[in-house]
Parts: sequence; structure tokens; C-alpha cells
Amino acid sequence: MKTFLILGAGTGGTMVANKMAQALDPQEWRILIVDKDENHYYQPGFLFIPFGIYSPSDVVKPKRNFLPPTVDVIFGEIELIEPDKNRVKLNGGRTINYDYLVVATGSHTRPDLLPGLVDGGGWRKNIFDFYTPDGATALGRFLKFWKGGRMVLNVAEMPIKCPVAPLEFLFLADWFFRERGIRDKVEITFATPLPGAFTKPRASAILGNMLAERGIRLETEYAIMEVDNTKQVIRSYDEREIPYDLFVTIPTNMGAEVIGASGMGDELNFVPVNKHTLQSVKWENVWLIGDASNAPASKAGSVAHFMLDVVIENILRHMEGLEPLPKFDGHANCFIESGNEKGVLIDFNYEVEPLPGMFPLPGFGPFSLLKESPANHWGKMMFKWIYWNVLLKGGEMPFESQMSMAGKWK
Amino acid sequence: MTVDLTQISFNEEGFMTDPHQWTKEIAEELAKQEGIETLTADHWKIIDFCRQVGLASGKAPTLRQITTGTGISTKDLFALYPKGPAKKVARIAGLGKPEGCV
Ligand SMILES: Cc1cc2nc3c(=O)[nH]c(=O)nc-3n(C[C@H](O)[C@H](O)[C@H](O)COP(=O)(O)OP(=O)(O)OC[C@H]3O[C@@H](n4cnc5c(N)ncnc54)[C@H](O)[C@@H]3O)c2cc1C
Repeated sequence: MKTFLILGAGTGGTMVANKMAQALDPQEWRILIVDKDENHYYQPGFLFIPFGIYSPSDVVKPKRNFLPPTVDVIFGEIELIEPDKNRVKLNGGRTINYDYLVVATGSHTRPDLLPGLVDGGGWRKNIFDFYTPDGATALGRFLKFWKGGRMVLNVAEMPIKCPVAPLEFLFLADWFFRERGIRDKVEITFATPLPGAFTKPRASAILGNMLAERGIRLETEYAIMEVDNTKQVIRSYDEREIPYDLFVTIPTNMGAEVIGASGMGDELNFVPVNKHTLQSVKWENVWLIGDASNAPASKAGSVAHFMLDVVIENILRHMEGLEPLPKFDGHANCFIESGNEKGVLIDFNYEVEPLPGMFPLPGFGPFSLLKESPANHWGKMMFKWIYWNVLLKGGEMPFESQMSMAGKWK
Repeated sequence: MTVDLTQISFNEEGFMTDPHQWTKEIAEELAKQEGIETLTADHWKIIDFCRQVGLASGKAPTLRQITTGTGISTKDLFALYPKGPAKKVARIAGLGKPEGCV
């Protein structure tokens, strides 16, 4: 019996387990998946919890429900990966030897890295994150009774997963405060390490305008140094102070600690990968999907989905002694919730920045690219259903993994 | 001694387009344009590191890559290269602009 081992049963790992259960002969292969958490979180839903649109129970389901019965699921902490010895050690002393390994341990926030964030007294009192279910829920409770003041949102460092989530948070906050009749009492500032609202020039300009239209102040190239809880200011390395009454943080995102402990990662614990084949650059039987790799693509569920077919095909080719194909193009497709039941859609890859147009059908859509529309909002809301019912199970989506220029305007 | 920057190709943002045209004299000249009068040993340690990473990967390193790779703290990095160190060093080291990752 050979062992196909998947580390992490989040978005990427779950999809790989479902696909591999279909592709591999059960007489020949044992498929194992390990995760420390029995709950599967629909992370895109975290965004809506602070505004009371989703409740915490809307975004969580048991992981087991999404994994095929033929896959062995182990709940436990991965403690060490030894790719030179083809084995993995779990907390409690259990060792698993593997023939193939898929690393899908994702990325998570590290609030402990910023001085004054969790250790200054304000954490979860007037300082919140929304990238964790607990943080999003606590912020929801705070916002429910907030009477207004200065709200500052900061991205500590790039890359972060779902790089559009900060913008969505701002748009939704603006809308939320309007609905509650206190928008005139709230001053909103966005402090970002980027030179603009977003990473890519055309999208950055359009999204930057959308911030300006809503009266949201943008502080760019902001490298945060510390949170001063006493003075209620955040301070950057170049001594720019921004006062807050409510500070919302997107802390540094890093890969799993076990990646660092195993010597497999870069300075942020992301695993170096061939960005087109999704094979580890160092070990030929180690493959990557999702946020865990250092591929310069967005860290998003949609990206993990576009990686899926490529990584599966390449692993199966490798099993047959064939060369992997360089088919992953960095494709990302993100709905950006913009408030007032509208949204913006962006579609891009390694080479092509987000452009205006229609998606997925040229001229028809129904989604419009880089432009606000109600259809885009419904696309975002539908995504939750698609995620639980189609995406995780590795089902077919109505568009290709590779980005298409059809319907885009240059 | 002054260097003739007119022989060197730059993009519209002032970053050199060919890292192989780079020399130490060019670095000193670009540093002056960035408001750094003299490049000390500490400045050079960072430039050398960025050259090494940049030539190997084709990309200018990020702030975190610089601090992890050189052991110099972010605070000291900002003292040496005020305002945006990653961008400034990249320019002085003859590399492209560090990409804000996606
Ligand atoms: C607020 C927010 C909004 C988002 N919005 C969107 C969106 O609109 N669209 C979109 O496409 N994406 C969005 N995303 C991003 C998306 O959720 C992630 O990119 C995606 O889930 C990544 O999948 P993954 O499999 O790489 O990692 P994950 O799904 O995070 O799974 C990683 C798994 O590894 C496990 N693990 C890690 N280390 C260990 C260990 N040592 N031992 C055992 N188990 C371990 C974890 O428990 C986890 O289950 C959003 C994310 C957030 C936080």
C-alpha cells in the first residue's frame, strides 16, 4: 500500500482529498489527511460577521462532512515534516511515512508580532481583528453599540490572504454606519503599506476612487511600528502617528509554524514552489496548494480552486513518470463587496492585471469586471453556497482554471 | 569623481532597467539623489544583500526579507534609509521596484 498524505483540511486540502479519492486506486493507495481543527471555517464569511450580516454559526461546519468516506482523517497537530525522510510527525508521537505529500496548511494571522497590539491593554476592547472567527465576533459586538469616533484600519504587512478584504471591510463599514445614521460621527482612515488602495495599477485607481467617494482617508506606504494604547495612536517607522478610537488590524499573515520548524519555508514560513507546476522546488514528491506556497498569486480560495486541476494533473503525471506541466497562470477571481448590495469583480493572473469588461461571458456577464453592480453582490453571496456545496467537493465550475482575455477591455 | 548617468537606462519611476549596468559609483550617485550623502558600511551591507537576492531571483527583496536576511532591525533600516527603505535600497542597488505582492 502506498500513502498519499495531505497536510491541512482547509479549502485546498479538502479539494485535493476529494479529487484524489476519485483518481487513485483504493487497492493501491491509502489517502490520509491531517488537521488540528475539526471545524471547517468559511473564511470569506468572517468579513460579514462584524456587520451582523452573518452570525458565527453561518461560517462553520464539521470538516468530516466535506471529506469522502474513503479518506482517513486524523485530527491532530502536525509537529514536524521531514521531507528528506518522507515522513511527518504528529503531536503525541505518531509518525506517518508517505509516498506523496501535499502541503495545504494555509496561512494565518500573527497579531503577536506587532508591539502593543495584543499586549497593550486594548486588545478586543477597542482593538480588533476580523481575520479570525473570534475577532470578527468580538468586533460585531463592539460595533453594535458604538456611537462613532475615529476608526482606523491597518494592514500590517503584505502579503495577506484575500488582499481585497480590507477594502471590502471599509466599504461595508461605510455602508453600515450610514444605515445606522452615524456616518457623520465616524472618521474612517485606511493605513496601508502599499502605495495605493490595491496592488495593481488600474484596480488600485478605481478602488482608490471608491474610497475617496465614500470619504475614507487613505494613508499609503505606512509601515506600522507599534500601537500606543495609552495615547491611542498607531505609529509607523517613519514616525507618522494616526489617532484612533477603534483600531481594526489585519496582522502579518504567515504560513504554519510547522513549516518554519521543519526548515521548509521562507521568511514568512511560505514554502518555495514552482509557480507554474505547483511542485516544491526542493522535493519532487512534495506539492503545494493554496495559501501555504510562496507563489506570487493572491492567497484566496478561488486561487486554491484554480490550482486544483493543475496540481492533481501534475501529481498523476509524476506518478506515471511524466514531466509536470507549467499550467498554473496565477489566476485569481475575487468579488469585492462594496456595500449597499453592490459589488465589484476582479479577474487577473500573474501577467494580466485586473481589467474592466464582463465575466464569464463576453458582453453578457452576468458579472461586470472592475465596476460596481448588484449582480456582483449576488455573486459574492452565492459564493458561500457554492463553496460548501460545489467547490470543496472539487466539483466543476462554469469557467476554466486558466484566465481568459475574452470579455476584457484593454 | 562623478558618474555619467546618461549612459544608464532608467524606467519612468527612476529604477534602473538593467541591473548589470550597475556599479558602486552609480549606487553612490543614486544614494545622493535619495538624500543619503555617504554610504556607510551598514548601508553597503544592505545593498550587497539586496543585489545578491535581486540578481538570483530577478526581484528586489521585501522589507521583511531584508531584515531577516541581514539581521538588521526594521528600525535601524529606517534610520539608514529613511521613509521607504525597501524601495530606496532597491533603487540604489540598481534593481526594479519591489513589487507590492498581490
Ligand atoms: C476575512 C477573509 C476573507 C476572505 N475572503 C475571500 C474571498 O472572498 N474569496 C476567496 O476566494 N478567498 C477569500 N479568503 C481567503 C481564503 O479563505 C483562503 O485563501 C483559503 O481558505 C486558503 O485555503 P488553504 O487550503 O490554503 O488554507 P486554509 O483553508 O486556511 O486551511 C489550512 C488548514 O491547515 C490546518 N493546519 C495548519 N497548520 C497545521 C498544523 N500544524 N497541524 C494541523 N493542521 C494544521 C488549519 O487548521 C487549516 O484547517 C478570505 C480569507 C479571510 C480571512
